[in-house]
Amino acid sequence: MAKHTLIALVEDKPGVLNRVASLFRRRGFNIESIAVGHAELPGLSRMTIVVDGTAALVEQVRKHLDKLIDVVKVTDITDDNTVARELALIKVKATPSTRSELIQIVDIFRANIVDVASDSVTVEVTGDEDKIDSLFRLLKGFGIREIARTGRIAMTRGAARPLVVEGKPQREAPRRRAKGPDVISNL
Amino acid sequence: MKLTGAQILCESLIKEKVEVMFGVPGGAVLPFYDAMPQYPQLRHILVRHEQGAAHAADGYARALGRVGVCVATSGPGATNLVTGIAAAHLDSSPVVAITGQVARPFIGKDAFQEIDITGITLPITKHNYLVMRAEDLATVVKEAFHIAREGRPGPVLIDIPRDVFIEEAEFRYPDRVNLRGRRPTLNGHPAQVKKAAKLINEAKRPLIIAGRGVIISGAFAQLKELAEKGQIPVVTTLLGIGSFPESHVLSFGMLGMHGMAYANMAVNAADLIIAIGMRFDDRATAKVSGFAPHAQVVHIDIDPAEIGKNVRVDVPIVGDVAHVLKALNEQVAPQNRVEWVSQIEEWRREHPSTIIRETESLLPQYVIRQIYEITQGNAIIVTGVGQHQMWSAHHFQYDRPNSLISAGGLGPMGFELPAAIGAKVARPEETVWCIAGDGGFQMTIQELATVAQENVTLKIAIINNRFLGMVRQWQQLFYQRRYVATPLAGPDFVKVAEAYGIAAIKVTDRLQVIPAIQRAMEHEGPFLIDFVVEPEENVYPMVPPGAALAEIMEEPREEVRAR
Ligand SMILES: Cc1ncc(C[n+]2csc(CCOP(=O)(O)OP(=O)(O)O)c2C)c(N)n1
Repeated sequence: MAKHTLIALVEDKPGVLNRVASLFRRRGFNIESIAVGHAELPGLSRMTIVVDGTAALVEQVRKHLDKLIDVVKVTDITDDNTVARELALIKVKATPSTRSELIQIVDIFRANIVDVASDSVTVEVTGDEDKIDSLFRLLKGFGIREIARTGRIAMTRGAARPLVVEGKPQREAPRRRAKGPDVISNL
Repeated sequence: MKLTGAQILCESLIKEKVEVMFGVPGGAVLPFYDAMPQYPQLRHILVRHEQGAAHAADGYARALGRVGVCVATSGPGATNLVTGIAAAHLDSSPVVAITGQVARPFIGKDAFQEIDITGITLPITKHNYLVMRAEDLATVVKEAFHIAREGRPGPVLIDIPRDVFIEEAEFRYPDRVNLRGRRPTLNGHPAQVKKAAKLINEAKRPLIIAGRGVIISGAFAQLKELAEKGQIPVVTTLLGIGSFPESHVLSFGMLGMHGMAYANMAVNAADLIIAIGMRFDDRATAKVSGFAPHAQVVHIDIDPAEIGKNVRVDVPIVGDVAHVLKALNEQVAPQNRVEWVSQIEEWRREHPSTIIRETESLLPQYVIRQIYEITQGNAIIVTGVGQHQMWSAHHFQYDRPNSLISAGGLGPMGFELPAAIGAKVARPEETVWCIAGDGGFQMTIQELATVAQENVTLKIAIINNRFLGMVRQWQQLFYQRRYVATPLAGPDFVKVAEAYGIAAIKVTDRLQVIPAIQRAMEHEGPFLIDFVVEPEENVYPMVPPGAALAEIMEEPREEVRAR
């Protein structure tokens, strides 16, 4: 068992995330995280999906994803040379006596303090999961109020573009409900 | 010129060469029904339950190899389709289901008869659509039919809000679909084909397992060529029946849980399995760890996700069966595998599997055998699910593709009658026999009204054992004969048929079987025969659930020999 990173280009249409999530549920595949956002081409979104499982299982995941009509292309980039990042916001309890120690830790991790309140600070950190986990462990001693993580996004290094697609965008489908975009991170 | 959504839908269906739809109207689809008289080339067949509409569309699709269409209203109409859509999904049958939805302003408000049918059918369709603008309808219909047919076929649902049927838009039917990233691989990878050919040429005991993919791909001739050239014996899955003529010397029938003993023995002894257009369903493989223990596996399928899903594969070839076999046949060396073929022959002599025991009583197997004899195999057989389904697979010899229509994947009781209606509507020139269980028949018995109203000249044989037979068999064999909830106190089927205006007779004696079948065949209209058969007859051979293919149970009076 190992963590695999899949990247997928999907049509930017209502319900796409539902189709992907439903597939994972129905086939009993375990999603560690999903991050979704617009891709470089109009009408397409890019998903980064982290799944836990054997190589054979992840290959099944990839092929089943590829069968979804709204999935344009999907690749497993686990063995590629990649840049992978996650962003986290961590709200930590802070008193005048702990604040300077906090700032030191934040500096060591090249994180930022993005909000300061009378009894707390909010730290923004970017990096791989290990880095965020380590920072989280260190900050735990101060008292964590809240944490929000985006889940991994990833890209291959160098000139390779494993997800290039040809063809014009499909007709733009109207949104089913006007209640915000169909984009969620971290299922 | 501007048309209403309903007119656009009709025009688009005509562009897709739709001739028949099966359905039931209701509030949300009323504007669509109201437009139908303007398009007399679209025949609508009213069924009595939407499950029947979906099964009929499925039966139509299987009999003709073209997309079948069913229609239902929102809410309960749509949910009634679900079983039929699921059956089409599991058997890769191209069906387009059109459902009405509540008007757009009411969506998400739990309005009267609002149900999220695209959500419900997400895991049982190849794709589905909620169409929110009349101007999108033509493109959606074009895509839906393309997706239903393309690659590995399957059902597609189109959900259309009531007000979209009324909205006007410009009608322009697209001449191409534009689906990015969607091009099924047709030709197998040459290197893989070469590897497969090498394995075949070197194999001493190769065996072909042919599935429905052969039929869908129209690869009847290519499969025959492969088998004959390499002298490779062929067994089929239940859905693969008809992909290879069963009267051929190289045909060794169906494998699997109720497969022929010799077919399963061949799988067990083979050193190479060439699996073609089949998906290693557990009813075919039995216990996977005991499946083909001595064999390497070549797997040809158009759906890459099927490769390696259930069984480890040595040489996968993704592609359309006909294309792949054509390339493969060029590289397969003519061979003479007398020893291997005669070994299976010998197993067939020792374990005949389809011998019907001599008895005074009326055996279900005998009835089905006589339908075969009298039609001389020139019929389409449509079955339900259970014992009669297995006997129909065993005791009729199928030489043509699509001559057996049976819902193997989902196994929905009640499939038989509506699917037979669909098959007969699709192929009016063919004799269509609906072979029904007395249990399953009652799940969609109301479609007798459809048969009568549309004068669908079906011949119906009810294999009436007064039990939910297949379940009773399991209770007998694995639950010490505790027949809980399986005895049926059925209705008088002859009276029921007559109430619907359909001619019918009851047969209780062996000697009446042949004249009854002849009478049904000679009768101009639909005809039903209630065959009151031996109640506790079992289906053999049988591989018990959880056992390996080699652990075959044969009829008890014979010596059970498992290899
Ligand atoms: C809709 C549905 N419900 C339940 C079952 C479980 N089941 C499988 S076979 C069978 C018995 C079928 O009885 P009948 O139609 O009389 O056919 P027979 O086995 O007697 O030939 C049942 C209940 C099923 N396959 N489908």
